[in-house]
Amino acid sequence: MKDCDAVIVGSGPAGATAAHVLTEAGWSVIILEKGRNHLLELDAPFGPMNHVSNDEIKMVRRHFLGPDPWLEPRTYRRTEADGERLDIGDVNNLPSTVGGGGFHADGKLPRFREEDFKILSHAGPVEGTDIVDWPVDYAEMEPFYGEAERLIGVAGDAAGNPFASWRADPYPMPPGADMYCAVLTGEAATRLGYHPYRAPTGVNSVVYDGRPACNNCGFCAYYGCPIEAKGDPVVPLRAALRTGRCEIRPESIVTDVLIDRTGRKASGVRYLDTNMQAHEVSAHHVVLAGGAFETPRLLLRNEIGNPDVVGRYLSFHFQTFVLGIFDHRLHGHRGRAVTHLMDDPIVGDDATAAAARAVGLPFLRGGIVEHGAAGQPIMEATHSPSGPMHAQLMTDSTLRDCMAAFTMQGEDLPLATNRIDLDPQVTDVYGLPAGRVTYEPHHHEIATAEHWIPRLEAIMREAGAGHTFSATSPALPGTRGDRPGLRAPMSRHIIGTARMGDDPRTSVFDRWQRLHGIDNVMCADSSVFPTGTGYGPTLTIVALAIRAARALL
Amino acid sequence: MPNFLTRAERAVLATAAERLIPATDSHPGATALGVVDYIDGMLGAFLVDPPRIWAGGPFSGRNGGDATFEAFSPLGHLEELAWRTRIEGSLGIAQRERLGPVTGWQQDYRDGIASLGTDFCDCDNREQDVRLSALSEFKQLLYVHACEGAYGAPEYGGNRDLAGWNAIQFPGDVQPRGYTDAEVSGRE
Repeated sequence: MKDCDAVIVGSGPAGATAAHVLTEAGWSVIILEKGRNHLLELDAPFGPMNHVSNDEIKMVRRHFLGPDPWLEPRTYRRTEADGERLDIGDVNNLPSTVGGGGFHADGKLPRFREEDFKILSHAGPVEGTDIVDWPVDYAEMEPFYGEAERLIGVAGDAAGNPFASWRADPYPMPPGADMYCAVLTGEAATRLGYHPYRAPTGVNSVVYDGRPACNNCGFCAYYGCPIEAKGDPVVPLRAALRTGRCEIRPESIVTDVLIDRTGRKASGVRYLDTNMQAHEVSAHHVVLAGGAFETPRLLLRNEIGNPDVVGRYLSFHFQTFVLGIFDHRLHGHRGRAVTHLMDDPIVGDDATAAAARAVGLPFLRGGIVEHGAAGQPIMEATHSPSGPMHAQLMTDSTLRDCMAAFTMQGEDLPLATNRIDLDPQVTDVYGLPAGRVTYEPHHHEIATAEHWIPRLEAIMREAGAGHTFSATSPALPGTRGDRPGLRAPMSRHIIGTARMGDDPRTSVFDRWQRLHGIDNVMCADSSVFPTGTGYGPTLTIVALAIRAARALL
Repeated sequence: MPNFLTRAERAVLATAAERLIPATDSHPGATALGVVDYIDGMLGAFLVDPPRIWAGGPFSGRNGGDATFEAFSPLGHLEELAWRTRIEGSLGIAQRERLGPVTGWQQDYRDGIASLGTDFCDCDNREQDVRLSALSEFKQLLYVHACEGAYGAPEYGGNRDLAGWNAIQFPGDVQPRGYTDAEVSGRE
């Protein structure tokens, strides 16, 4: 007798979705989550915990949703030539808490496009990279995208993006209120021939599924919604709990996937509680959903999965920030952080093709451009100088209330040398080796950013910005950000560290996200993505998790 | 509310913070904003229970709802370990030295204030700036914390009477009222 049908490692969008699909079909599941629970009561009626708040100190400065970088450090280096590591601490930290990365995300939920699943076939190889086609295509994904949008509750305009791939159904909700700054930059982009559209957002614009409409408080990215206007991850977790067949165990740190004597089946997992006591859960299936940083870390520790591939092809989004300073206040603190996107840098045009040829590449694929606001006051203040200039800059709010921001989530091509492995010395508080990032961008990402920076600055000026500037993460070599503590990519979009594919020699999981060689281990998170695309990963994580979980039934 | 710093240390800290965030006609300086109370509250976070690390949720009461920020959230025992290490330092305690010895913020402030000198408040501004700049790490630590104290939620001891937010025309936390769609989309 097993403890449950499936044990799920991680309670973010991937694990929550898998739990929902499996429990809906009658399976029993136990979710092990390493972080604390600030999301929802674990007893009926599973109401909100009411822990999160519009509080920059708590939510941004003091790691309320975890992980604490001292308890769970990660390490970073650009290449092996840097030695064992350059930095220790916060490296691409996603929340470690019930709800995972879904809890703090501002919920931009675009679909990928048809060509994103077939980039190698569509656009050809790029020397020095390992781009591949996905083993799944858009036509197969479309119904799961629709289901994911209805499950989470996505507000959007089906006709808004001329580059979008076909869809069977409209969005379940109309878009929410356009932010004033995004209206300015969106209209300017349109005048210059670009194609901005109202961002598909997993935030209610009307009452949906018993949860309220968003009231535009503005504390969105990095916060967690105090009124449950964001559907992911609370909706699938609450649905799973309501079946009576789901148990969530917070503060449970999975150390091992247990493999039976045949070496072909997993029998469950072992985990530590925060008092360092070990426990085991036996299960017919193990679902890995710790995210593309923690999943390969677990596999590497256990020496499970194709050792030539696990941890490799780590991709982020190469982020390009273009900032415009206006002569009047934009009140970007009102609304949902970003309300417009545009896909033009993904699709490209004649100028993009010429720029690609000039640097000897077959293409330059950027990413969605988020039309949004600047940060919040403490961030503004710490980026402003101390001393005589401080008060004037803050009262004028040059770097916040008068600033609009573009963030381009540039596609980051997969390289075998970009990877997560186990740091040989640094450990977390549980005594486990820290995950270590070895990462540097390919020149494709740098060339793409350099191509789009002046074009995006021109849009900002057209919108009325009197002054523009730009930055990237990771920083371009020789720029101001190229220094300790700022070198690691800031992106929280972590992708591709245990890619799926049909050939067990070049992938870790198969097209149904099952581990090659141990078919009752499934991975529901973005570790399996073969390429990163220029879109946020979350909706695709959820759609793939629905598909993969349903295939287990 | 119990404090960590002595009266004399607070006076030096106030003068130093004021050099980093000086007052103007339209913006109070660090002292009037309560930056010293914020920092002292942080250094003495564990003098009260629950500690002054994370304010409660979901609402402050300033825009409706109950005033729950002021009831601070309890920490898990590992979170307490991390925050005590950060604030108090590792103090030779093995559990706190997993990543090597840690000098806590309490020591950083004690040492920084001592290095500024007992006569710091009586020096002219030029001399004060020279002494602060000579302690570049301490100056940076103090500036980041001063920014948190000036523009963070007042429940942490700073942003006194919301003067920090008012000076920069930031409304602060707004739940559960929020903003209307017209306030989001319109120019005003």
